Amino acid sequence: MTSQAPLLSVKDLKVHFPTQDGIVKATDGLSFDLESGKTLGIVGESGSGKSVSSSAILGLHRGTSAKVSGEIVLNDTDLLTISDEQMRRRRGKNVAMIFQDPLSAMHPYYTVGNQIMEAYLVHNKVSKREAKTRAIEMLDRVGIPQPDRRVNDYPHQFSGGMRQRAMIAMGLINNPGLLIADEPTTALDVTVQAQILDLLQDLQREFNAAIIIITHDLGVIAEMADDVLVMYAGRAVEYGPCKEILTHPEMPYTWGLLSSVPDVTGDTDARLIPIPGLPPSLLNPPSGCAFHPRCTHKDKVKGNLCKTEMPELLPGNRGPEHTKRCHLADPEQIYFTEILPEIAPDLVEEFAEVNPDGSVGDAEPVRSSDAAAEAEEKKI
Amino acid sequence: MTAYIIRRMFTGIIMLIVMSMVTFLLFFSSPVNPEDFACGKNCSPALKAQTKKALGYDEPVTTQWVKFAKGVFVGRDFPDDPALKESAPETIAECPAPCLGYSRTTNSTVTEQIKEAWPISLSLAITAFFMWMIGGIVFGVIAALRRGSIIDRGIVGASLVFYAFPTFFIGLFLYKFLAIKWEIVKIPEYVPISEGGVSVWFQGLLLPAFTLSLVYMAGYVRMTRAFVLESMGEDYLRTAKSKGLAPRKVLYKHSMRAALTPLVTMAGLDLAGLMGGAIITEQVFNYPGLGKLAVTATRNFDLPLVVGIVLVLAAVVIVANLVVDLLYAVIDPRVRVG
Amino acid sequence: MTDQTVTSDSGSAKSAEQSSEFAASRLAGGDGRDAILEVENLRMYFPVKSSGVIRRTVGHVQAVDGVSFQVPAGGALGLVGESGCGKSTTGRLITRLYQPTGGKIMFEGKDIAGLSPKKLMPLRRDIQMIFQDPYTSLNPRHTVGAIVGAPLLIHNVVPKKKVLPRVQELLEVVGLNPEHYNRYPNEFSGGQRQRIGIARALTLQPKLLVADEPVSALDVSIQAQVVNLLQDLQREFDISFLFIAHDLAVVRHFCPEVAVMYLGKIVEIADRETLYNHPQHPYTQALLSAVPDVKQAAIGGRRERIRLEGDVPSPINPPSGCRFRTRCPLAQEICAKQEPPLLQIGERHKVACHFAGEIGQHPTKPVTARLLGIDDQGNPDPGATPDPNAVEQPGFADTWYDVQGGHLGAKA
Repeated sequence: MTSQAPLLSVKDLKVHFPTQDGIVKATDGLSFDLESGKTLGIVGESGSGKSVSSSAILGLHRGTSAKVSGEIVLNDTDLLTISDEQMRRRRGKNVAMIFQDPLSAMHPYYTVGNQIMEAYLVHNKVSKREAKTRAIEMLDRVGIPQPDRRVNDYPHQFSGGMRQRAMIAMGLINNPGLLIADEPTTALDVTVQAQILDLLQDLQREFNAAIIIITHDLGVIAEMADDVLVMYAGRAVEYGPCKEILTHPEMPYTWGLLSSVPDVTGDTDARLIPIPGLPPSLLNPPSGCAFHPRCTHKDKVKGNLCKTEMPELLPGNRGPEHTKRCHLADPEQIYFTEILPEIAPDLVEEFAEVNPDGSVGDAEPVRSSDAAAEAEEKKI
Repeated sequence: MTAYIIRRMFTGIIMLIVMSMVTFLLFFSSPVNPEDFACGKNCSPALKAQTKKALGYDEPVTTQWVKFAKGVFVGRDFPDDPALKESAPETIAECPAPCLGYSRTTNSTVTEQIKEAWPISLSLAITAFFMWMIGGIVFGVIAALRRGSIIDRGIVGASLVFYAFPTFFIGLFLYKFLAIKWEIVKIPEYVPISEGGVSVWFQGLLLPAFTLSLVYMAGYVRMTRAFVLESMGEDYLRTAKSKGLAPRKVLYKHSMRAALTPLVTMAGLDLAGLMGGAIITEQVFNYPGLGKLAVTATRNFDLPLVVGIVLVLAAVVIVANLVVDLLYAVIDPRVRVG
Repeated sequence: MTDQTVTSDSGSAKSAEQSSEFAASRLAGGDGRDAILEVENLRMYFPVKSSGVIRRTVGHVQAVDGVSFQVPAGGALGLVGESGCGKSTTGRLITRLYQPTGGKIMFEGKDIAGLSPKKLMPLRRDIQMIFQDPYTSLNPRHTVGAIVGAPLLIHNVVPKKKVLPRVQELLEVVGLNPEHYNRYPNEFSGGQRQRIGIARALTLQPKLLVADEPVSALDVSIQAQVVNLLQDLQREFDISFLFIAHDLAVVRHFCPEVAVMYLGKIVEIADRETLYNHPQHPYTQALLSAVPDVKQAAIGGRRERIRLEGDVPSPINPPSGCRFRTRCPLAQEICAKQEPPLLQIGERHKVACHFAGEIGQHPTKPVTARLLGIDDQGNPDPGATPDPNAVEQPGFADTWYDVQGGHLGAKA
């Protein structure tokens, strides 16, 4: 989010699926930028369009009935204007993807090594033997014990965590500039999730890759992301630096995500405030703000504005980097008086002190990524 | 692995024993007396009794079955009468092991008859098998790749037509036009390879094998199409694409491998079933294979022949089942036979 | 663990009043009520067959191996752990979907572990289960009314005419439109289906609900709806819960008492404040440190993460001694030789570790050695006599071991 040209720049991305009942607007006008070495977290529930958008970056909708429009500029090339063959050459080389369920994402009939080698062979003119050496090297790098032996195993012989490590090895074997991780830890246990997140962060530092991490888990976002983009019904509803969004959310949907998930620390008497109702239909989205039927704060906006007019994604009172799609005039005040005291009464003061740039109180601005690096991992 | 095969063979043998018992019982519960048929037109009650004795039908079912089972391993004589064998050996029919019985209507051993008919059915089955597998997979894959297009609808529609029409109709239709009216193909006739060479053998087979394959092909087109489409929705296909693999490689290496594996099971069992004779096709083209033999035997209430054919068929299916399972373990690494 | 009678000195003054009324045999829930369910040394071994011609049993998957706990009446016990730790098997044993290999399942004072299916029939009314996947646990060919009403008909509870009104009443209780009784499950969203599953479980007014990952298949915004619904139901109908989940935060939110399982055993059990704030078992500590905490991370305070190396060992051939030792940063010789007992170390806190202690304060010498009659390396010590009380019991006793002091402690 600085002036320097970003690695990836998505502008007004739309992915529409024509169906017999009408057009499903899975993604409807999404824009964001991402620099090398940075992590963007995309949060949203199922059907919010987060996975569809990332598939569009990889060009996976080509050859289907989906209509993709807008701009996806990666390394100064608009991926939506190049040919299928040019896109294919970039897949796996410039942009790679890892998926939620590593068991179903790997072909059951081929060895793990074969599938990793394949990713290398398709973009490099090398012998099979060299590719295998490289695959073993990558398996070793992602922490698979005895990689020279395990390279000949089939996916079902790996544990869930090891399979996800192998997927990461496959994704990073060509040293891509951008890695898209679609719910990479959702299918894993917490201790394994921690291992995988650590590994992703280590590798990011080593390869200076940009990462898009797609998840419904704000905890994962909080640990991994520099920027956060909250999606609802195919649109970004809030976008900004991670720390800022998590401490000063300005969109009631984001409040809902924060208040409906309990924490392992904090007050056990704190209530969970669920978001009422159900996610909207993308075929026939609600008028005005897509979230208004589930929003408990729409009465605070004068007139019937929430119902009639879709709010633009604009900066609020917290500076230009924090944008939100909401008509509420003073969301900060509502959050700090009505929501936060209910869900985390102990944190109201600490949150209030966080500045839009991520610094705390009046102190020198500290970049959030530095703060995370300081929290050193130790063994007991 | 070896232990698994032994275990499977063991259960297979038990199944064969049960099958033979059931066939015996079914046959004897029918209201017809088989000796009426074996005895012929000028039948006197005395002659009938003699035939009955010669066939062994005068004994209880259990005894008959035990004798039958014994005959399979050591062979037997018909009638099983040592005294008669001494005095008039010409009235005794010998049936060496493996003896599946002796057919009075044709005056030959069942084993001999099956030996004669078996290559015919086998030729037909294998030829048809290759035809329908190639056709089924090719058309199925094309339909899947062009899903929703006119080509897809045409293939699916045609397969439905062939699936719906009875075999005898398609058979007679093709026979009449291709072989008789337009003389495009030779009139079907079985010539063993040993006599006329592969070419003649194949030309004689072409029409019945094609007819047979059409019906099966219809099913395989639809299955292949469904399996390929299913595999295209799999996560690992998305992974393959996201690696930057060429579409052809995605199709051949990733999609087809997954889609064709379940076909192996079905193809193996279908082939095994056909080896026991394609009843209608053989009838239509007057092909003297196992199917035609079975129909004749049933019509004549020729118990030994029916039991023999049923058992051979069951054995083929059991062995095919085992082969398919073993093959599956080879092609799908997740299946560990053990 | 000598004196198991609750006396008036247990807990706060308020709970003391209640407990005297209930005259509990053992201290159970936080409010001192009886335990509705008491599980003792529960074991479930699934046989593993050999591949020979004759299929012999060559080993066992020790899915659950000696688990003891109590669920207080009207209370909730949480069972957490990672996949394969045996928590779901435990739930299925308690609902008797499996026949346990050994141990006792005392439900309202009656052992149901060995009951025949016929004798279980009336108990099925009292113990119900909520399943994880709302998409596969409902029969797609039955209407919601049929699904929810089936238990009423099977158990012949109400006349046929009254089934429908009762079904509609239940649908309303779980927050569904009662007029939708004739719809099919596929017409509902995931959250609504889970509500149907809950209504089905409530039909027979059970006393104990075993909830196996009831919210993990749902979207986050829907999870909170279902958790709140379960809490309301618990209050309204006084249902006890065995709440099985891998999500530590949800379990903490729902259950006043939580047990942590690892490879078929309970490694730590305590009231939630103690377990989450002062865990003493290194596995619990690692597990908790691995959970990302949104609000803490937001202000930069990422807690120290304890990395666990490797994978969970196979339950067919679990490690000797302590099952966690292969991945434990504290493991010493004694851990391989001697299995640590689940020792009560606080008023409502039990832990199974030779080196139990808070993070960074783990003792250097095994605290359990003297109690087990062994030396610090785990070899039998002829000079020491094992403490006969160091045996696992389902509930909490009035006396406990002071791990730091190494002596028998008691309430102040």
